[in-house]
Amino acid sequence: MLKLASVSMHFGGLQVLENVNLDIPERGIFGLIGPNGAGKTTIFNLVTGLFAPSGGAIEFFGERLDGRPAHQIVRRGIARTFQNIRLFREMTVRENLLVAMSAETTGSIARALLPGPSRRHAEERQRGRADELLARVRLGEKSETPAGALSYGEQRRLELARALATDPKLLLLDEPAAGMNAGEKRELMSEIVKLEESGLNIMIIEHDMGFIMNLCREIAVLNFGRIIARGAPAEVRGNPEVIEAYLGRDE
Amino acid sequence: MEWLETFWATYSTLALSLGTNILLALSIYLTLACGLLTVANAAFMGIGAYTAAILTLNAHAPFALAILAGALLAAAAGLAIGRPTLRLSGVYLAMATLAFGEVVRILILNAEGLTGGALGLNGIPQLTGAFHVLCAVAASLYVLLRLAHSRFGRSLAAIRQDEIATELLGLNVRAYKLFCFVAGAGLAGLAGALNAHFTFFIGPNEFGFERAVEILAMGVLGGVSSPWGAALGAALITLLPELLRGLGHYRPLINGVILIVIILYSPNGIWALFQSAARRARATKGTSC
Repeated sequence: MLKLASVSMHFGGLQVLENVNLDIPERGIFGLIGPNGAGKTTIFNLVTGLFAPSGGAIEFFGERLDGRPAHQIVRRGIARTFQNIRLFREMTVRENLLVAMSAETTGSIARALLPGPSRRHAEERQRGRADELLARVRLGEKSETPAGALSYGEQRRLELARALATDPKLLLLDEPAAGMNAGEKRELMSEIVKLEESGLNIMIIEHDMGFIMNLCREIAVLNFGRIIARGAPAEVRGNPEVIEAYLGRDE
Repeated sequence: MEWLETFWATYSTLALSLGTNILLALSIYLTLACGLLTVANAAFMGIGAYTAAILTLNAHAPFALAILAGALLAAAAGLAIGRPTLRLSGVYLAMATLAFGEVVRILILNAEGLTGGALGLNGIPQLTGAFHVLCAVAASLYVLLRLAHSRFGRSLAAIRQDEIATELLGLNVRAYKLFCFVAGAGLAGLAGALNAHFTFFIGPNEFGFERAVEILAMGVLGGVSSPWGAALGAALITLLPELLRGLGHYRPLINGVILIVIILYSPNGIWALFQSAARRARATKGTSC
């Protein structure tokens, strides 16, 4: 499904990713772990087109993604959440989702000027879908609340719903459980499992080992911009190189 | 009705200036609404003014054609300058558009054969009437209000709040920005073309830095949350000096103080004050019944 072939990335003299090869099959939740600064979020930034890689190729269902502008990549079915939440804080919860649903410029200006039943219809349909998604992440009661007034956990859930509003085939979650308590993490985990069961491909960056080991079918470990291990959670956990990367070497 | 005639004879220029200033404020509203800080609108106004004036003076073109050409040429200039510069943001974009404004001013100054150079253009036929300005303002306000309350307006607000998040939801942020910039340029060109045909005279310094800042002040003062805000800002900047006429030499000083106080107490513009007052009124009404 998603394929990174010899992808490298450097910012000036700083090598962030070095010859990364990753071929992620369809279905199942794929985990990406590694120490801070290993280059995990950079991979997400490259896949979503926020940056162009310095070298290598990125393919999604056989189609080249690198070099395309970010909005086109989203429309091909890749959505993401952010490590530091990026909501439209001054908008209501529902409006945050509606922005994600209005992803076409052509015609929208002309349509905005012309009154008519088709426009009202489309808006009603979108509102309906937005409310369904909000109910799904248990924010149905808060659709009129400004996003900035939500609690931290609610903001995380809203960001997830907003990503889903773009109708993705692949969802990239960047540390979705950060700052959550045990109960919230359990709820999030069951929500992610449900999403996967509904046919969505999911790739996840997370520091909480328990969370990621329970959730993922396969995990890749990144250290200093290189993939040092890949496999089922149990294999990765026992890999001496991974243990060294996380805990350091015994002197 | 004699008093009305006297009133109009005295204040017609002010009323027409108010109208064209509202158009200018709406032109800067378009770019401010998607978070772009540009100061090229005085130059676009100049392009519109000179284009239209040269057409009516030298080519004896019909008024409507001259106005249309002024707006279109300004929009075309907006497209040419917007494509490369809209990659920039914040203060860098402001600098680039400022430089563009100076280039336009100096071009006008040096193309003496066409523009009259530093002497400007004199004897422009006074063809703009209250009706024309009223129509232009009403049409622009109508279109922008419809856009503001549509998905398009929501997308602009999203871009203003977080450009990267908006792009990563599948919206072509560059296209939105370019559209707003070009439409704003066209609107400023229209304002310039209308303005030139009631002031009798235009000169290159009318479209320089000072005018650019004045236009920006109208937009910021009124606020970018609604086109009404821009219109209100324009009204204030146009009428305040007239209302303070009795203060003589102290007029610019008091004028400046009033503007500073408004910005300090309502950084989102005056219109934001009205909006929050309306929200509060609705909220108290909602709880009482």
